[in-house]
Amino acid sequence: MVITEFLKPKSLEEAYSIYNSEGKNQIVGGGAWLKLTLKQADKLISLDDLGLNSIIQTDKSVEIGAMSTLRSIEISEEVKSLYEGILSQACHKIMGINVRNLATIGGSIMGRLSFSDLYPALLVMKAKLVFYKSGEISFSEFLNNPKRDKDILLKVVIDKEEAKGFYKKVALTALDFAVMNMAISKTKEGFQISIGATPSMAALAIDTIKYLNGCEAITEVEIKKANEILLNEIHISDNIRGSKEYRTELVKTYLARGIRQVTKNVG
Amino acid sequence: MLVKLIVNNEPKVFECETGEFLLDTLRKYNYLSVRRGCDNTSCGVCTVLFDGKPIPSCSLLTVRAEGHNITTVEGIQEEADKLGRIFGDEGADQCGFCNPSMALTVYAMKKELCHPTEEEVREYLVGNLCRCTGYIAQERAIMRYLEDKS
Repeated sequence: MVITEFLKPKSLEEAYSIYNSEGKNQIVGGGAWLKLTLKQADKLISLDDLGLNSIIQTDKSVEIGAMSTLRSIEISEEVKSLYEGILSQACHKIMGINVRNLATIGGSIMGRLSFSDLYPALLVMKAKLVFYKSGEISFSEFLNNPKRDKDILLKVVIDKEEAKGFYKKVALTALDFAVMNMAISKTKEGFQISIGATPSMAALAIDTIKYLNGCEAITEVEIKKANEILLNEIHISDNIRGSKEYRTELVKTYLARGIRQVTKNVG
Repeated sequence: MLVKLIVNNEPKVFECETGEFLLDTLRKYNYLSVRRGCDNTSCGVCTVLFDGKPIPSCSLLTVRAEGHNITTVEGIQEEADKLGRIFGDEGADQCGFCNPSMALTVYAMKKELCHPTEEEVREYLVGNLCRCTGYIAQERAIMRYLEDKS
């Protein structure tokens, strides 16, 4: 790996202008995948001195600094209190603690990783991203819109809601990428469902959400119908970790279990 | 370039390339207990403590460690001896290649978790691969070490 210059700016403005200056410049998040993904950079920019690694609770939300490590998110009481802790659970199943002490949420988001275990949880929590120049954008919109890639992610904001949450990752071993991951939430506004690593990028299952939110009661009949709609709207295929058939069975099984779990004892 | 680190409580100045990883720098300066296994964030044998927290040294640029505390197994000699003896008693030792990183991670765990269950211990140690044992004897030894008050 060839890095011509390593820079540790003292202000966001400085970091931004270096990032957007001429050359192949790269911001380093946690750096856990640096060796595998970066072959060469003219300027490698560290955000270590910019105080972006805290998790703050405000009246309405929890704000996770972009440089917060996955481990710090996993053990944060503030994060555990959101949506029954689905984001903590998602972090908990990523690699080992040593890697989670390095990898950051900002790196996981800006890397646009189709295998990310965080994405389904962030999607169903309606997470918002705050960028230095371009301001706030929903995480869901960010995934569909690559334009912000030359901006600096400052924090991830999740509003506190009375919510039920379900999270599931299936992987062949504890160190492997997911064969499938899924998150479901239910608030008074209704359901949010997201499936990832199929192996396509995680997304909200819009049609399925719409269907379930239109149902008066959720019984096994509605769950079966929701599964049919889901399999029509998401793209599932084969890769080295699992076949399309295996993934389809996982999605069906865990969607049903997840819906049952989040509809238990709530109105 | 020159990078200042604190290794096992001693201030050090190391010469390294901009794109050099901490594992390479440490080994270059004869901290040979820090092992190179997969060299890409998967096996755990290069683990050191970074301000007390286990991290894979193969994946942290040395320049990013500037001013931070790095602990290798030599820095926790007494605890490592204790754990080593228990490992021996329980028959958990074979080739020893993963022992330094395992000892560091177990040491960090003892400081972080209060009376962990076997399940919690297993989860904390994910990513510390041992290719000799089946982990059963190690788990037995680690549970004994965690309860050790001496």
